[in-house]
Amino acid sequence: MGMRCLAEGRGAYCQEAQRPIIEPGLSRAFRSAVWRRGSSALPSPAGKAGRACLQAQAAMNCRSEVLEVSVEGRQIEEAMLAVLHTILLHRSTGKFHYKKEGTYSIGTVGTQDVDCDFIDFTYARVSSEELDRALRKAVGEFKDALRNSGSEGVGQICLEFYQKKKSRWPFSDECIPWEVWTIKVNVVNLANEQERQICREKVGEKLCEKLINIVEVMNRHEYLPKMPTQSEVDNVFDTGLKDVQPYLYKVSYQITDSLGSSVTTTMRRLIKDTLAL
Amino acid sequence: MDTDLSSQDRKDLDKFIKFFALKTVQVIVQARLGEKICTRSSSSPTGSDWFNLAIKDIPEVTHEAKKALSGQLPAVGRSMCVEISLKTSEGDSMELEIWCLEMNEKCDKEIKVSYTVYNRLSLLLKSLLAITRVTPAYRLSRKQGHEYVILYRIYFGEVQLSGLGEGFQTVRVGTVGTPLGTITLSCAYRINLAFMSTRQFERTPPIMGIIIDHFVDRPYPSSSPMHPCNYRTTGEDNGATYPSVEDSQEVCTTSFSTSPPSQLIVPGKEGGVPPVPSQPAHGTQADHERMVMCTPLDGALYSAATPSSSEDTETVSNSSEGKSASPHDLLETIFVRKVGAFVNKPINQVTMASLDIPFAMFAPKNVELEDNDPMVNPPDSPDAESPLQGSLHSEGSSGSSAGNTHDDFVMVDFKPAFSKDDILPMDLGTFYREFQNPPQLSSLSIDIGAQSMAEDLDSLPEKLAVHEKNVKEFDAFVETLQ
Repeated sequence: MGMRCLAEGRGAYCQEAQRPIIEPGLSRAFRSAVWRRGSSALPSPAGKAGRACLQAQAAMNCRSEVLEVSVEGRQIEEAMLAVLHTILLHRSTGKFHYKKEGTYSIGTVGTQDVDCDFIDFTYARVSSEELDRALRKAVGEFKDALRNSGSEGVGQICLEFYQKKKSRWPFSDECIPWEVWTIKVNVVNLANEQERQICREKVGEKLCEKLINIVEVMNRHEYLPKMPTQSEVDNVFDTGLKDVQPYLYKVSYQITDSLGSSVTTTMRRLIKDTLAL
Repeated sequence: MDTDLSSQDRKDLDKFIKFFALKTVQVIVQARLGEKICTRSSSSPTGSDWFNLAIKDIPEVTHEAKKALSGQLPAVGRSMCVEISLKTSEGDSMELEIWCLEMNEKCDKEIKVSYTVYNRLSLLLKSLLAITRVTPAYRLSRKQGHEYVILYRIYFGEVQLSGLGEGFQTVRVGTVGTPLGTITLSCAYRINLAFMSTRQFERTPPIMGIIIDHFVDRPYPSSSPMHPCNYRTTGEDNGATYPSVEDSQEVCTTSFSTSPPSQLIVPGKEGGVPPVPSQPAHGTQADHERMVMCTPLDGALYSAATPSSSEDTETVSNSSEGKSASPHDLLETIFVRKVGAFVNKPINQVTMASLDIPFAMFAPKNVELEDNDPMVNPPDSPDAESPLQGSLHSEGSSGSSAGNTHDDFVMVDFKPAFSKDDILPMDLGTFYREFQNPPQLSSLSIDIGAQSMAEDLDSLPEKLAVHEKNVKEFDAFVETLQ
């Protein structure tokens, strides 16, 4: 065809034709097998049953990882930011610039080191002030909710990567998650300065372990959404930032009440609420 | 689908692996410079930022990496290793980490080179950025400068982990499958940071840029030389010696644009270390309780000026090798002399009972006894008489350093705290003893108390009468209280 195909994994996808390269005459079974991999450019199956099937498939394909940390109150923000920024470093690319021939070029992602004030820890994050602000806002709200809940200080923050699937009218766009990171936080109260100093070091070491876990998951090279065409890019990536382009994500949190047995859910969509009609 | 790699793909893959290896070395060394790294994101593809990551290229590091690789690529049995070690100012060194870029035989024939492999290598570099901040050597490298420096060494071939001590741990950064094999990046790091005396090593490997009169410039017999992670070079020299990465003009031609590479100027380089007594560095945070005598190394600094981006430039302070030797010597000298001054104090042989005062020889004396002042003429051993009588002679029996005391000591009029201008000059020890054993309060002694009781009882009626007269005043007072 004289043009490179921008495919990942086994399925070859021709951007120009906007469809998978499938030999004509192939069976429906094969086509649905390709479709199951979550190609965003395939036409959605007609009918409600088809869409439910798609959602079920996606839910089954959604990767879920859970991390747990125990921190002191003033360490919550930094610990959460360290973990979230590390995940987003791996899930962000440079800005795409589509060209006429159907190819695109990618901008450059810079990184910067951040020293924590309350933890003996340094992490690398994407050099994007907008992204940093968004995450700080989310983590700040989580921290306030955790402190105001009056519970013993157990909560969790969820970072979810999703794809949008455009549906035909009257159905609204669906958000299909493909990776969910849950970070469970347990807040401890310390009595004196010596314990706080030990906590600084201990939490630093724990965060090192968590980052190693995150990197391990990232490097399994499991499912990632296929690279989209220009028209589809907003279904896969968050193109609203001016210097980097992370995958579409949302952050939410839950606080466990003091009873522990029942979870008082305080779900809030903090960023990029995409379900509005 | 073809199972053999097309020639274009093969060329691309080789190029990717080569630049991946170079960028890996850059990330590792820059993470051990001892400072925070900051690069900017750029929305438009500015140039040959390999793997779409803004990673600066330090020319020396690239040069060293290319020298180690010597045109080869990591392959099965031939790994590229970056060794990070710590070297104290005394010349003792200890390996901290070995980062290995290996290739094994497990091939993934169906993977797309120009796209998937490239993106996965980019992801692996991001993981490397994260992991380099997480190993114990990172915190050590952030504190380098005065007492120790961090060095790196690149070698190609068999991985040598023996220098890491017992119980070293390994962390795998990640793997990327390619049609030629699977690339694996991992790090083995030392756990046991108790400092071992490495006297079996030869005296210091060469450090680039060091002044010859301090160190012998001879290479390790069987391995490449070590380089400090916080080197500085003079700008003019190395701008010419180490050309920038000119082959970064070759870029993956799939969908990415190209532009001229950015130049880096790395000014100022030094490698000298001050001779400071060493102490073990243990735990993830070394305890730096040493005497810091001189600081020719002021932490890891290098300044990079690139035309296209504007990272923060950091000031470079040049070291002065020459001053490294003397402050240490000076301290030693002073110390020795101080010891010498106290050598012959015959405290315990002051014999006069009523004048049992410690440090009596330092108490203020009468002027006429100045000649026999012990500060000027240190007192003799056992036969000396009372210091107050001032008959102290220096008969040369004191140590050799005593003769020097009057040269280096100035007589200071010694006025101890709590001293009184009595016949007996009081010093702190005496005061303290008296304070510990104060006399009884007179009112507490029983005899006196017994005597006054009777008198008190007799005077009671008179007192009562007086108080009754003043009842109104008392009432007014009580009301003010309420």
